[in-house]
Amino acid sequence: MPILTEQEAKALLTKVLSYSKADECEVNLNGSEGGNIRYARNAVSTSGATTRSTLVVSSAFGKKLGVATINEFDDASLEKVVRRSEDLARLAPENPEYMPFLGPQQYAPPSKEYVDATAAISPKERADAVEASLQIAKDSKQTAAGFLENSTNYAAMMNSHGLFAYNTSTSVAFNVTLRTTDGKGSGYASKGYNDVRQLDVKKATSIAAQKAGGSAEAKAIEPGKYTVILEPAAVSVLLENVLFAMDGRLADEGRSFLSKPGGQTKLGEKLMDEKVTIYSDPHNPLLPTASWNGDGRPQEKMVWIDKGVVKNLYYSRFWANKKGVKAVPGPDAMIMEGGTATLDELIKSTEKGILVTRLWYIRTVDPQTILLTGLTRDGTFYIENGKIQFPVKNFRFNESPVIMLNNIEAMGIPERCVSGESNNHYLLPPLKVRDFTFTSLSDAV
Amino acid sequence: MKRRDFLHLSTLGLGAVALPAFSRDITIEEALTPVDTALKKRMADIALNAARSKGATYTDVRIGRYLNQFVVTREDKVQNTVNTESYGMGIRVIANGSWGFAATDKLDNDSIAKAAALAVQVAKENARLLTEPVQLAPQKGYGEVSWKTPIEKNAFEVPVKDKADLLLGVNAAAMQNGANYINSILFLVNEQKYFASTDGSYIDQDVHRIWPTFFVTKIDAKTGKFETRNSLSSPRGMGYEYLQAGAAGKISGVTSLYKDRYDMREDAIAAAIQAGEKVTAKSVEPGKYDLILDPSHLWLTIHESVGHPSELDRVLGYEANYAGTSFLTLDKWESKNFKFGSNLVNIVADKTQKGSLGAVGYDDEGVGTKQWDIIKDGTLVNYQVIRDQAHILGLKESQGCCYADNWSSVQFQRMANISLQPGKDGKSVNDLISGVEKGIYIVGDGSFSIDQQRYNFQFGGQLFYEIKNGKIAGMLKDVAYQSNTQEFWNSCTAIADARDYRLGGSFFDGKGQPGQVSAVSHGSSTARFNGVNVINTARKL
Repeated sequence: MPILTEQEAKALLTKVLSYSKADECEVNLNGSEGGNIRYARNAVSTSGATTRSTLVVSSAFGKKLGVATINEFDDASLEKVVRRSEDLARLAPENPEYMPFLGPQQYAPPSKEYVDATAAISPKERADAVEASLQIAKDSKQTAAGFLENSTNYAAMMNSHGLFAYNTSTSVAFNVTLRTTDGKGSGYASKGYNDVRQLDVKKATSIAAQKAGGSAEAKAIEPGKYTVILEPAAVSVLLENVLFAMDGRLADEGRSFLSKPGGQTKLGEKLMDEKVTIYSDPHNPLLPTASWNGDGRPQEKMVWIDKGVVKNLYYSRFWANKKGVKAVPGPDAMIMEGGTATLDELIKSTEKGILVTRLWYIRTVDPQTILLTGLTRDGTFYIENGKIQFPVKNFRFNESPVIMLNNIEAMGIPERCVSGESNNHYLLPPLKVRDFTFTSLSDAV
Repeated sequence: MKRRDFLHLSTLGLGAVALPAFSRDITIEEALTPVDTALKKRMADIALNAARSKGATYTDVRIGRYLNQFVVTREDKVQNTVNTESYGMGIRVIANGSWGFAATDKLDNDSIAKAAALAVQVAKENARLLTEPVQLAPQKGYGEVSWKTPIEKNAFEVPVKDKADLLLGVNAAAMQNGANYINSILFLVNEQKYFASTDGSYIDQDVHRIWPTFFVTKIDAKTGKFETRNSLSSPRGMGYEYLQAGAAGKISGVTSLYKDRYDMREDAIAAAIQAGEKVTAKSVEPGKYDLILDPSHLWLTIHESVGHPSELDRVLGYEANYAGTSFLTLDKWESKNFKFGSNLVNIVADKTQKGSLGAVGYDDEGVGTKQWDIIKDGTLVNYQVIRDQAHILGLKESQGCCYADNWSSVQFQRMANISLQPGKDGKSVNDLISGVEKGIYIVGDGSFSIDQQRYNFQFGGQLFYEIKNGKIAGMLKDVAYQSNTQEFWNSCTAIADARDYRLGGSFFDGKGQPGQVSAVSHGSSTARFNGVNVINTARKL
């Protein structure tokens, strides 16, 4: 089924609700169209195109909830999925944490998430982009592996209390690794946008090529505590773990970095350097996101960390109700305020330090402190006297982003980046951080 | 489950878990009625003929019905039960020397023919960006054959209420023994998949997997410090019989360990008590230790440091942009003397092992499965290979390592079961421990991270016991070890015998762009590694 307009979605959802005999019924509809192309060893390896639509019907009798899903949209199928959700609800155990569905909500006007140019990307355009990227690899006598993916998405929901919401978006993501033919150098670049016209595949590939060439013949230096400059892609995979841990219930239950003895939390406390302000804003023009979330709650601009102080946590509706707090939903994206310096200026201002392009295989070692481990990858360089001096071998780190955010020396201009771990999009600055803990060396290139 | 629930599970140690795309809910009655084989053969033939008529020189068709059932609970509540079905067809072709792929969930004749034509069109479009044509290792057709996971009790036939009652009972037992929180989950998978190819194979397979697991949390009320202890179960290629606990499947020791049967309630009680012990355990002194690694822990080290680097697609660079490449380069294999590990280290790949996650009769490109050596007496001797790579190693046939996680996903090289062979000199776990002066005995898998060429790794665990002068001397916490793959396997100085051999495994191993999951087992007996670097992971905020 193609992408539905708001009116088409409303008509379909109204029809689905008309079949309902439950106490309450809520219907979520979402779908996407898109394609991808993957290449390695300087040739295309796989590519594909996908279209999907899913209708999810939630029916409730009292506190008993049944959920059924379908991807067929004829009238008989629509009625069948409603009946099935009702059958499941009757069989389900009563959920003491069940919350009645929301009534009508006021949402801000949609942000500029949908871009026609992105929706119109063809398989040929994807192949052409890869061809251009491969040409740069061949010209620089390197080997490329990369991935380009685009999608057009829509989502709509309606329930028996009169709530209706609709949204469309587009997305394109490109990432590429270039390696020198002797395997001694490797470079990476990753970009993601709503608007494909902002994506410069050639520029990204050229950056990866430069990093690959520049990272060959890396020297080993001793692990230890170093001043590091983390590019936004490296910042993203650390910071997102702070955001993932800002769930109010986990904090209240005593099992998060925000917990204190006796059921208290660190909400309202200053835990980071006052340079740190992290927020989400669906209407940020560089990173637009939806103005409502999957259970119908409005997504509003929300400050999570304000000048180092934990300002807000997110909650399920049940837990917020139990705690008597506003049921703030978790954000779709994260923005960190930065400075005015370019990456080059951050390097110039560094007496001794290490430039990190990318961090990889991030895992939580201790949720209590959000101690994370992982490794540098695809372009790690030693800086002295304001200049990149030579490439260095990759390091394993063991560091908590909470500790790291207390050690900020300087911040650059925020830019849109994509987490290599979660694929989430963020708007983050490059960070210069002192005393970042590298614990061992890696021979990996 | 909603994304937020996944995040919760993720923070509780479950890692990346995602429902497959294109899923729809399904009743159990529907799930238990397989699609008629004759109908699948007719649909497959339509695709094979349509692709051939458009110019494909090779075609394979996978008609898949992928069923999942997840029961999710915490303490005294069932949070969610999920039943999903995903049904459709994936068509892969070679045309103009290039691969092409298309998939459809509309299985009328026209839609199938259109998808086949699209796959050929994609192949021809990709052919202009080709450096060398695809070379497929020859594969004989098997005709019409079938295979089924040897299960005793189909877990999908057990009523959801019984499963929920089991988990709630497990949770109650943990809470009664001092746990502050417990999340428990039962994951079930059934892949009903049909493969047909222009080689003349029509293969019908019914694959079952099960994973019961939990996460216990204990909080020290005074300090606010908390510790967790996860389940010591292993995901298995088995039916519901895995959960029918009995003494036969159990190994006694410092804690109960499980072979081919899992006593979830007993393990949850132990977890609650041990999480409490962890709260007051001694924080480890960093330094060099001899490690005694239980199979419930060692499987993950094998997976990351042996399984992934011996995947030939990684060696060749096909995963360079995401999962990475490998330090096990072809020159090391060609030398025939690359000392991967000590002489004790024998590692086999096996797609046939009963009860394992990777066991199938045929892989997803119609190759009959088998067993082969990867590391022989410490030396690298082979890789894991699929049909379009076999010629690179001079092999005349594929090793059967091709897998797709859904009909809508392109099949590619995925890990076979990769296992460390038991020791041959009759040693028990106690023999291993008694020979250690300063060491740590580690049980259960924890935090894990390894570089993109699989040299440098760091692993945590669930339970850490200090060994002093050959004896267990109490519990430790804040333990992780860091090593280099080759150094680590060369430091292997003892492996317990076959009496201790057990399977661990990964239910959701991620690879590829777009990402796909696969399930794979890793067997071993307890093994000793000398002089490994241990760090202390405690930090203060």
